[in-house]
Amino acid sequence: MFAFLLRRIVQAALVMLVVASIAFLMFRFLGDPISNLLPEDATVEERADLREKMGLNDPFVVQYGRFIANAAQGDFGQSYRNNRPVSDLLAERFPATAELVLVAASLALALGIPLGIYTALNPRGWISQGLQVVSLLGISVPTFVTGILLILLFSVTLGWLPSFGRGGVVDLGGWTTGFLTLSGLKALILPSIMLALFQMTLIMRLVRAEMLEVLRADYIKFARARGMPNRMLHFKYALKNTLIPVMTIFGLQLGGLIAFAIITETVFQWPGMGFLFIQAVNFSDVPVMAAYLVLVSFLFVVINTIVDLLYHVVDPRLRVEKSTARGV
Amino acid sequence: MSTFMPMLYSAWDSDIAYSFRKSRVAVISSLLLLAMFLAAILAPHLAPQNPFDIAELSLFDSELPPAWAEGGNPAYLLGTDTQARDVLSSIMYGMRISLVVGFASVILAAVLGVTLGLLGGFLGGIVDAVLMRIADVLLSFPPILVALLINGVLRGALPQSAQADSALIVLILSIGLTNWVQYARTVRGSTMVERRKEYIEAARTLGTGSVAIMVRHILPNVLGPVLVIATINLGMAVLTEATLSFLGVGMPPTQPSLGTLIQIGNEFLFSGIWWVVVFPAVALAVLVLAVNLLGDWLRDALNPKLR
Repeated sequence: MFAFLLRRIVQAALVMLVVASIAFLMFRFLGDPISNLLPEDATVEERADLREKMGLNDPFVVQYGRFIANAAQGDFGQSYRNNRPVSDLLAERFPATAELVLVAASLALALGIPLGIYTALNPRGWISQGLQVVSLLGISVPTFVTGILLILLFSVTLGWLPSFGRGGVVDLGGWTTGFLTLSGLKALILPSIMLALFQMTLIMRLVRAEMLEVLRADYIKFARARGMPNRMLHFKYALKNTLIPVMTIFGLQLGGLIAFAIITETVFQWPGMGFLFIQAVNFSDVPVMAAYLVLVSFLFVVINTIVDLLYHVVDPRLRVEKSTARGV
Repeated sequence: MSTFMPMLYSAWDSDIAYSFRKSRVAVISSLLLLAMFLAAILAPHLAPQNPFDIAELSLFDSELPPAWAEGGNPAYLLGTDTQARDVLSSIMYGMRISLVVGFASVILAAVLGVTLGLLGGFLGGIVDAVLMRIADVLLSFPPILVALLINGVLRGALPQSAQADSALIVLILSIGLTNWVQYARTVRGSTMVERRKEYIEAARTLGTGSVAIMVRHILPNVLGPVLVIATINLGMAVLTEATLSFLGVGMPPTQPSLGTLIQIGNEFLFSGIWWVVVFPAVALAVLVLAVNLLGDWLRDALNPKLR
């Protein structure tokens, strides 16, 4: 187990190094930071001065080393557009995105798993057939269209829910939360539904397919032959094995949620990291783009590593196979 | 003529044509697609109005609802936007751009992916290892994020003044460079299988060069799955284009694609002119749904084992 953990961490560190190198190359070759940071009428001396102070005259390798060292400490320099440290901008925006993704992920799991179980146990029922059609639509309709339609229905026509922003937020020592005010909670509803919908249909289809597969397995047949009640059979024995692959896919999809939050945040003008990133892409604000890339990759790598470890904890077969394989 | 009729007959009678005729979903979605392609290609001839010719616009006709609603004008079937552009015509012209970006980026991704996959699978060794590691890294990120990053980098490399004119090329590049991995992996796998077969050995004994073996002998045998991937990819590419344009980093409002039209409409959501956003959105959804359904059918029809 320890060796496995170590190997995974080395692998994760390598991926992060590659990502950081890409970020550095973006810094180095995209636009001139000097002309972006100084006003148009700066003198030649002022430019040369800043160039020297930022260390842009140093050898390539020195600059690369410094970039990696700074990035490891969360320092990505100044945003070209806002003239503020990138790390401050990201830290400010992070809670908004984290809360949105958290609510959407819980929603997707809380609805997707029961619906998947239901459609697997009653595959011929009209509710199941209807859900299959809805999930096909859910995969083909672009998420931003879903968001716009939600706004059109619940904000414009019915006027029930707000269509932009986070509502009232409470500052808990650097972490702003929308969970503690009524308007904050109301503002979360539409964006999290939009973000969750695609994941929910995905989880539903996955649970359904896995459950149908598991129900055909021999151990279920034997249990049924022994006269075990259906409820116990389905929920105690079948469900456990169904959820293992679901866990993996969901872990990977959590990264997808962070990426798709970019679209959700744009539709609902949600003041999160994705909205910041889109503005950075629009204005070619390289430091913000690079920092977002590194931060998101870091989250992906952490999530993937945790999922891999959990997999080992949950599925004993995997542990046995690995240890015997290594013993040979 | 004497050979043409039997040929047509055998094409009609082939397995794939039979499975096509038997699948109601495939027939309906391909008819829908055909209609949409024609509407897009023939937009300059079919569209009631050229929405980019200011001489044809009259501001008295702005913000008209669809023809069947109260106050609608039969000349503008799906209504007009705030600048009196006919929504139906805008959709036809917009679909043209969406489809151009979709097809071009699929072709770019396919050519790039097939070439790299062929090289990796045939040469093996370090070339293969490097290519596959790049593919692994690309695959571990959601495609939309990769496309956004490439887009941002390309736009950053271009001067401000050139950005509006090069939007089409930037979009094609960012979507094409994101999607090649799937082709490369598939082609690499089948190339590695083909490479060991006897006919390749025979070709080599005859003194055929590596490039000729790859292009003339291996390529035709590994192209089958590429068509399926390309069809499914077309839906994704159109969707990615729409998403990028919606996010404001795609086509500019002067040359709107479907995504840009939805973005423009989104700004007027609260003024009650819902038709400006709903109809382009429906057109996009139907287009992507039809492509996806056709792609699913093609995958099942060409490869019954995969079902």
